[in-house]
This record gives sequence, C-alpha cells and structure tokens, in this order.
Amino acid sequence: MATLLINDQTHELDVPDDMPLLWVLRDVVGLTGTKFGCGVALCGACTVHVDGRSIRSCITPVASVAGKKVTTIEAIGETSSGKKIQQAWLNVEVVQCGYCQSGQIMSAAALIESNPNPSDAEIDAAMSGNICRCGTYPRIRAAIKQASQSA
Amino acid sequence: MGLERPLKPIKDKAKILSGGVSRRSFMVTSAAAGGGLLIGFYLPQSIGAKAQIVTTEAFGPNAFVRIRPDDSVTLVMPQVEMGQGTYTSMSMLIAEELEVDLAQVTLEAAPPDDRLYANPLLGFQVTGGSTSVPAMWEPLRRAGATARIMLIAAAAADWNVDSMSCRAEKGWVAHPPTGQRLNYGALVDAAAKLPVPDKVALKDPKDFTLIGTPAKRLDTPDKVNGKAQFGIDAMLPGMKFATVAACPVFGGKLASVDDSKAMAVKGVRQVVRLDNAVAVVGDHMWAAMQGLAALDIDWDEGPNAKVSTADIVHQMDIASQKPGVVARSDGDVAKAMPGAARKVEAVYEMPFLAHAAMEPMNCTVHVTPDGCEIWVGIQVVSRAQATAAQVTGLPLDKIQVHNHLLGGGFGRRLDVDGITQAVAIAKQVEGPVKVVWSREEDIQHDVYRPYYYDRLAAGLDEQGLPVAWNHRVTGSSILARWAPPAFVNGLDEDAVNGAAKELPYSIPNILVEYVRHEPPGLTTGWWRGVGPTHNIFVIESFIDELAAAARKDPIEYRRALLGKSARALGVLNLAAEKAGWGGPLPASVGRGVAVQYAMGTYLSQIAEVEVSKDGEVRVRRVVCAVDCGQVVNPDTIVAQIEGGIIFGIGAALWGEITLKNGRVEQHNFNDYRVLRINEAPLIEVHLVKSTEAPGGIGEPGTIGIAPAMANAVVAVTGKRIRKLPIKDQLQPA
Repeated sequence: MATLLINDQTHELDVPDDMPLLWVLRDVVGLTGTKFGCGVALCGACTVHVDGRSIRSCITPVASVAGKKVTTIEAIGETSSGKKIQQAWLNVEVVQCGYCQSGQIMSAAALIESNPNPSDAEIDAAMSGNICRCGTYPRIRAAIKQASQSA
Repeated sequence: MGLERPLKPIKDKAKILSGGVSRRSFMVTSAAAGGGLLIGFYLPQSIGAKAQIVTTEAFGPNAFVRIRPDDSVTLVMPQVEMGQGTYTSMSMLIAEELEVDLAQVTLEAAPPDDRLYANPLLGFQVTGGSTSVPAMWEPLRRAGATARIMLIAAAAADWNVDSMSCRAEKGWVAHPPTGQRLNYGALVDAAAKLPVPDKVALKDPKDFTLIGTPAKRLDTPDKVNGKAQFGIDAMLPGMKFATVAACPVFGGKLASVDDSKAMAVKGVRQVVRLDNAVAVVGDHMWAAMQGLAALDIDWDEGPNAKVSTADIVHQMDIASQKPGVVARSDGDVAKAMPGAARKVEAVYEMPFLAHAAMEPMNCTVHVTPDGCEIWVGIQVVSRAQATAAQVTGLPLDKIQVHNHLLGGGFGRRLDVDGITQAVAIAKQVEGPVKVVWSREEDIQHDVYRPYYYDRLAAGLDEQGLPVAWNHRVTGSSILARWAPPAFVNGLDEDAVNGAAKELPYSIPNILVEYVRHEPPGLTTGWWRGVGPTHNIFVIESFIDELAAAARKDPIEYRRALLGKSARALGVLNLAAEKAGWGGPLPASVGRGVAVQYAMGTYLSQIAEVEVSKDGEVRVRRVVCAVDCGQVVNPDTIVAQIEGGIIFGIGAALWGEITLKNGRVEQHNFNDYRVLRINEAPLIEVHLVKSTEAPGGIGEPGTIGIAPAMANAVVAVTGKRIRKLPIKDQLQPA
C-alpha cells in the first residue's frame, strides 16, 4: 500500500513497491498525460516533477516518491512556470504529433523554474534527454526563450 | 471513461472529440430519422460528396459536414492527425467554403468507410504519401460549398428573396438589402429538405480569407495539458493490460512456453499463446512486463535463423548485376554510353530503417461473441476494420474502430500487423485488453524501410555534362505486398519514385531500371519520404560526383541541367541565395546542396556541416527553399519542413537496422540513435509564392537532407558517402 500525493490529491494505492511511477500514474490512477516512450529513461516522454524537480517516471519506483509531491502534465498549468511554458508552446506552435510534448513541457517548466533565463546552451543541455521524433526542437528552443522572457 | 461523448455545442473555441464517432452510432442516428438515409452512389473521385445524411438532429449534405439546430458545426476528418497538421488543414478547406470560423467547429475522426472517406489519390481510406492536401483540396472545399449553398437557398426561400442577393459569413446567412439574418442552426431543418446540388462553384483563390493564412492548429491546446487522447491512452472499465513478445527471428514460431513463474507474478492474470508470439495479460502494464520477462520461451526459429545483413547485401549485389524492369527509357543509353568522353560509375547502399515513433505500437480491443471494438491510432482506418473482421470471423459492420490521435506515424501506422495481433490476443481475453509493445519490441518487430542497392553510371561529354544516365535500383517491393494491384509487370513505381519520370535533369539518354529482391523473413514498408527518400539521396549525391568529375560548382552544374524545369531552378536559386552559397566558412565546415521534385513539391536545401578531427559530423545550419504550389497553412509547412529535416538528419547520421542470426541487433534509443535537441541545426525555410496546384509537404523535408549533408561532407573531407548511415565512416583510420 502506497500513499501518494499527486497533483495535490492523496491516493492510497495497492501497488508493488518496485512498480514504476509511470504505470501507477497511467494504469492505476488513470492520468494518461504522462507517456510511455522507452521504459529505460532514454527518451523523456515520462517526465514528471517530484518536489518540483523533473524525473523519469518509467524508472522511478513508486515507493521512492511516497510522501513527496508529484506533479504531472495535467496539473503543471497551475504552476507559474508551467503556465508560461504551456502558453509559449501554443504561441510558438511547437506541437506536432504531441506524444512527447508532455515530457518536453515538464522538462522545460523545471528548467525555467530553476534557471529563469537559460542560454541556448543551457536549453540544449536541459532538454537533450527529451526526444521528439517530429523534430520540434527549433520551436522548443524558441518557446523556452519566449517563456523565460515573459514576466 | 467512455470515448464516445455526446456532441455539445461549442461556442468559443474549437474542440476535438478524440475518440471519434463510431460507425454504429452514426448509422443509428441516421436511421432514427426514417431509415435508409445514407443515399447516393460513391466513387473514389467523388468521396462523400453525395452521401446526404438527413436526421432530425443534423443537416449533413455530405460525409464531412454536420450542422445541428443548436448551431454546432461538426467537421468529420477523413485524414488522420499524426502531427502533420492535417486536422487543421482539412478544416480550413471546408471552413473556407462553408463560411464558418475555425473557432466554431468541432472535429470528429471519420469511422472506417472506404465509400465515404477514400483518399481520391490512393483509392481507399488512407493518410500517407503526403497526399492529404493534394487529394482533399477540391473535394473538401466542394463539401463546404455545397452546405453553404443549401443553407443560403433555405434562407432565401424563407425570406422569399433571390438567393443571389444573400451571402454567408461566420455561420450566418444574411440578406443585406433587408438586413435579415439567420444563423446556420436555424436553417438546418429547411436546408435538409433541399436536394443536394450536383455542381457548385468554388471560390476564386484570390477571395480566400482562411486558406493561406497561418491558422492556429486545432489539436494543440489538448496536447499541452495532457488531455489529448492517443491510442495508448484508451481506458475502459474492466480493462486489462498486455505486452507481447513475438519470435525474435522473423518467420519463426512459438514451440513451447513455461509460464509458471509468470503466473506467480502479482497482478498477472493470463498468458496468451499465439502462433508466433506470447502475450502476458495483467492488471497493469508493469505486471504484464514482469510476467513477460519471467516466461521461459522456446522458439522454433525456422528457416531464417542464420540470416545476417551481410548475407542480404551480398545477395542484393548479385541480383543488381542483371538488367531490371525498365522504369524509364529515353534515347539510347546502350549506344550513348560507350561514345561518351568519360564514364563515371558508383554503387550506393541504403540501410533498413525502423520508424521509432514516440508512441510505441499499441491497440486496445474488446471482442465479444457478436462484435469487436478497437481503439487505436492508425493511418489506414478501413484496413484496421478489415483485419479485425478476418481475425474474428465477424462481418465488417460488427467491427467498430475508434481512431485516435497518432503519436507519430512516419509510415509505420500504414500497416495493421499490430492490430491483427492485438485482436488475436483479445479473442482469448475476457473483457477489453490494451496491448502495448515495449520499445524493444517496437524496434525489433517493425515493418522496415527496405535496404536499397543502387548502381549508377553516367557518360559525360567533352564539357562534362551527362549525355547518358543509367540508374538501376535494387530492393524489395512494398507495393507488391501492400497494394498488389499497383504492382504491374514487375515494376514497383514507388521503388523508382523520384528516379524515373520525376528526374528533373535534362539528359538525352536515360535508362532507369528496377530489380526486385526480397530479403528473407523481414517485412518491408513505408518510411517517411517513401521512394524519393532513397532515390534522391542517390541521384543528388551522384550528380555531385559528376559535377566534381567535370570540375564544376555543384550549383552551376545543376543549373545547366535544369533549364526545362523553372520551378526546380527557382528553389535551387532561392536556396543558394539565402544560404550565401560560395561565402567563406571555417575549414572544418562545408556546404552541400540537393534539389528534388517529389510529392508534387519542389524543394532545395543547402546544409552546412562541420566534421571534427575525430570524424564526428554535425549539421550546423540548413537553408530550405520550398515551392509546394498553393499553400493552405504556411506555418504548418514550415513546421513540417523543420521536422522532416530533423527526422532525416538522425537517419543519415546513425539510422540502420542490422540482422545477426536472424535477429535485429538494435533495441532502444541507445543503439537506434535519433537526433536530440543539442544536435539539431538552425533551420531556415523560405516559401515560394505560387498559384500552382498544391503539393504534399509531410515528407519532402526528409527526402533531400541526406544528400545535402553527404555533399557537404565531401566539401569538407573529400570523402564521398556512398553508403548510409554516415556513422563512423569519417573517423581517422
């Protein structure tokens, strides 16, 4: 039995301790915005925040986040950084298929939360763990720039 | 969570019903108003145009438009959204003529129905080959115009005025002389009683107010907040989760499986045996994954257990030495070649490629004794229905397909192997089951882009210009498997697409041949850019070889051969100008050019590539000039070119699937490497203003980037890349 705080809601869940947070979110809690891409932390599609820091939920055992604050794409718009990033994503028209974008947005929100004015190199470094097969990278860079410049 | 949601009026913004309308509810609704209301005779050339759907609830003059008394406007999307922006482009085509704002419309995915939703260019319900705008450009505008004319006629009759004196805008019909106005919703009942006109006049393009503007995409708001529903997000009451292992050797079978350890895993419910695969069903994906890992499986590996890439390539080399089926023959190459002042020859090779769409293959199925429901994202909706009918033995009308957003297609979702397998699994499972492949399964059981082995020869005259050109393509035939009627007289038109009639260069003697050679075991299929992706790499690389042999600048050399193709010349010149061709660069950086005509679109790109002392290749900047005729959504075109280039760079640098002992050697993104943001170049896209018919745009960006890169590598290092991927070919010995 695990007690999880997800998007400010408490969940009592009967799941194995070693079950990755990704599958708890998607298959047990029903929050399908967080995506499965590779299962081994190579692609970033499963990125969520734990206590405000981005982690790969596909390799994070659920027991390790008990008592911590988990934020997913469904609630990132309630944070200031998340809202700015989502708006910039729409303004710049970043999205194509959209499958990786939950993870991209979670990584980008964590970036500008910790570094409000990232340089090009810092953006590339922070976002290099998130693969986009549609190739939206030029617009991800532009959107993060725009979000970091918006008050 | 149900996927069929009631239609609601949308007042302030566009909304997409991700689950789509089911065929069953669609038919029931229609029948409720009196039965037999899907009328008319359907031809691919007149898709949906005469399918009048009249109900007490909605006015549907064709298969694409439904307007209800509450003023809601629903557009049914014949093409599937996989990131290419087609939901928005298709909506723009209808809305332009229907005279509604995009903000007023609700979108629904079309149910499977080849009569109503066939792609006019491909003959059935399919999204692929960069055909959506070229194919739907006319029929969807006609669908919108037909509805508008009927609504105007209904209003004019009500007001007893001449319909020519009325006009429609933003969901209203107005009669300016009297100031009367009625919204579309108020006209639904009257319009539904009118005959559907056979012919309607379409707007003059100069009067377009929506087409050609950078409209905001309709699918994006839900893609930034986690609400968008991809196939993998289907959730049903009582649903189970399954993951699967197919025989690692293509063509092999399941011999036996010991599932005692798997069944002991908490949450595992069932182990399903198929002819060539095993699936584990559990309460969640984690249980299924752990159960799969705990299986002790014995495979009968079959005849392909020793196949390796080297064997396949060796066989292709042998096959390529004999003449092939003629795809194009101009003049007399056999005569002109020996008489040429100089002969240049080369062999080019291109690897098997996986798609690695971000959304791994998945399909949710519920089989009951009298029906089958499927939740999936697929490029071929009617084929999904057909394969389910075949596997279950149920008639087509008992199979419902809820098509979802696709988390990338790139051609992978033009095949329904994953659906066939999921339905076979679901037949053995009580209740709905979601089958999800691991990334490893996705890479190792893809339908691969074929390996191609090309032989080229050119005879040059005294000035170094080609007088004879012989290109022989050797590779498997996708069409022979995927669309057998299109494979005629041994010629696969896709395998030579870009190389035969599309070749833009003026050369007096041309012979293009095709040799079909099927690799043992593995299945080959469509990949972004299809035929032109491999042919343009070869042609544009070889043209550079000829320019070098003639000691000419690569752009000057192409200009001399493009005199008969003004549009090809136009994009080449624009790209050269914008890229600053000939301008200074550091010693480690070079420029390469490619020009192409594919999918009805002319495109030229110039890549600036840096090669480090260690042989690492980095693309710094790409300048692309595009002439795709009339433009529907210019921002989508730019986005598709950017994305297509990035897709192509990763493949050119590292993309290859190799086989050893009949097994694919790659597993995941660690060894099937794709481009990341820190490796992505600056990309500039320049659009040529044009009134020509619209061309496709989803794939052209991918097509020309590999040769532009390879030509740039030559400019830096002098080394010609005749085999993809580039990988470690430039590392010092």
